[in-house]
Amino acid sequence: MERIPILKMGDFLLVTIQVDLYDQLAENLETDLVNSVKKHNSKGVLIDISSVSIIDSFMGRILGNIGIMSRIMGAQSVIVGMQPAVAMTLVELGLTLTGVSTALNVEKGMELLRSKILLSEGQSDDYDNDTE
Amino acid sequence: MNTNKTVKILKEKKETILELWTTKQKAEDSYFNTDDQKEDSEDFATSFLDALSDATIEDQNSRGYDKVHEVLMGISVSRAKRGFSPRETGSYLFSFKEALLEVLSNEIEDPSILYKESLKISKIIDNMAILTFEGYIKGREDVIARQTDEITEISTPVIRVWDGVVALPIIGTLDSARTQVVMENLLQQIVETGSTIAILDISGVPAVDSLVAQHLIKTVSATRLLGAECIISGIRPEIAQIVVHLGIDLSNIITKSTLASALQTAFNMLKLEVNKKKVTYTNS
Repeated sequence: MERIPILKMGDFLLVTIQVDLYDQLAENLETDLVNSVKKHNSKGVLIDISSVSIIDSFMGRILGNIGIMSRIMGAQSVIVGMQPAVAMTLVELGLTLTGVSTALNVEKGMELLRSKILLSEGQSDDYDNDTE
Repeated sequence: MNTNKTVKILKEKKETILELWTTKQKAEDSYFNTDDQKEDSEDFATSFLDALSDATIEDQNSRGYDKVHEVLMGISVSRAKRGFSPRETGSYLFSFKEALLEVLSNEIEDPSILYKESLKISKIIDNMAILTFEGYIKGREDVIARQTDEITEISTPVIRVWDGVVALPIIGTLDSARTQVVMENLLQQIVETGSTIAILDISGVPAVDSLVAQHLIKTVSATRLLGAECIISGIRPEIAQIVVHLGIDLSNIITKSTLASALQTAFNMLKLEVNKKKVTYTNS
C-alpha cells in the first residue's frame, strides 16, 4: 500500500507530501506519524505540503488533527509551504487550522519549530542565541 | 444560375458599387482612413455580393447571409473599439445601400420593378444595420469589461515596504469579488517575496459592516495558514465604533490605527530597530 515517507532528523520528524492526498493515504499518514512520534520520542514534526494543490475538508481536518495529536504527545508541529489557492480553499471551508503553526517554507518552519521547542522546555534564555 | 436581374446587375457592377461607396464615405467622414476602411469595405462588399442570390434576395433573414453578418460584426466591433460613434458606423452601412440603389436605378428603367427591387435591398441592409448596432454595443461592452478588470487589478497593489514586510492599502468598498482579488494578490506576493508579515491598510475603505469585517477576517486567516502574520491598520475612530457596535470580534487579529504603528509592530516582530543616525560634525 502507498505510504507517505516519514523521515527522522535528530529530534525532528520530516514529512514531505509530494502527491495529492486521498482519504486513505491521509489516514495512514495520521497513524504512522503518531506512531513515529512515540517510537523516536520526537520533539517536533514538520509537514511540507508545498506540492499539494488540492485539499478538501477531510484533508484539512486531518492536518488539524495531526497538529493537535502531536502536541498532546509532547511534540510541536509546523505545516509549511501551503499554496495560496489551498489557503483560500481552507478559509472558504471554514477550516482556519487554529492550533496548528504554519510557516512559509521549510527553512522558516525549522526555525519556528526550534524556537517553539526551546520555549516549551523553558529554555527561553538560549532562544536568542539560537536564532541569531 | 441566378435568374434574378437585380442579383445579376449587382454582381456585374461590383467595381462601380465599391467606387461609389468609397466616394460617399469620403464625403461623409472627414477622418476617412483609406487603407483600413478600403480593406474593410472590400471584404464586406465581396461577401455581400457572394451571398446575394435568387433565394437570399427574397428573405433578409436567410442563413445565406451568415458569412456577411460575421464580417459586418467584426467591422462594427473593431470600429467601436477604435472610438467610432454608432452614427458613423450606421451611415457607413447606409452609404453602401445608397451605392447599391444608385447602380440599380441606372440599370432598371421600369419604375415599378425598380421600386420592388429597391425595397428588397433596403430590407436586407436595414436588417444588417441593426446588426451593426448590436456589434457596436458588444464592442463597447468589451472595452468596459476590460477597463473593469484593469481597475480591479490596479486598485489592489501589494507594496513591499521592508524586507519581509508587504503592505496592501485597500481603497474603496470591499465586496466579495474584490476580497477575492485582494486575497489572491496578497497571498501570491507573500509566497513570492517570502514575507512573514503582511499589513492590510483599510484607511481608504469608506465603511465597514459585518460583511466587510468577515472578508477581512478571512484574509487574515488565509495569510496565517501560509505561515505569515497579518496586521490590520488604518482603523479610524468611526470604524472602531462600528466594529464594537456590531459586535465583531477582532480580538485575535493585530489591529493598529495607522500604517506607521503597524510598521513599528512589524519591526518589533522581526526584532528590527530604527535608530536616528548619529551626526558627527567634522571640520574639513
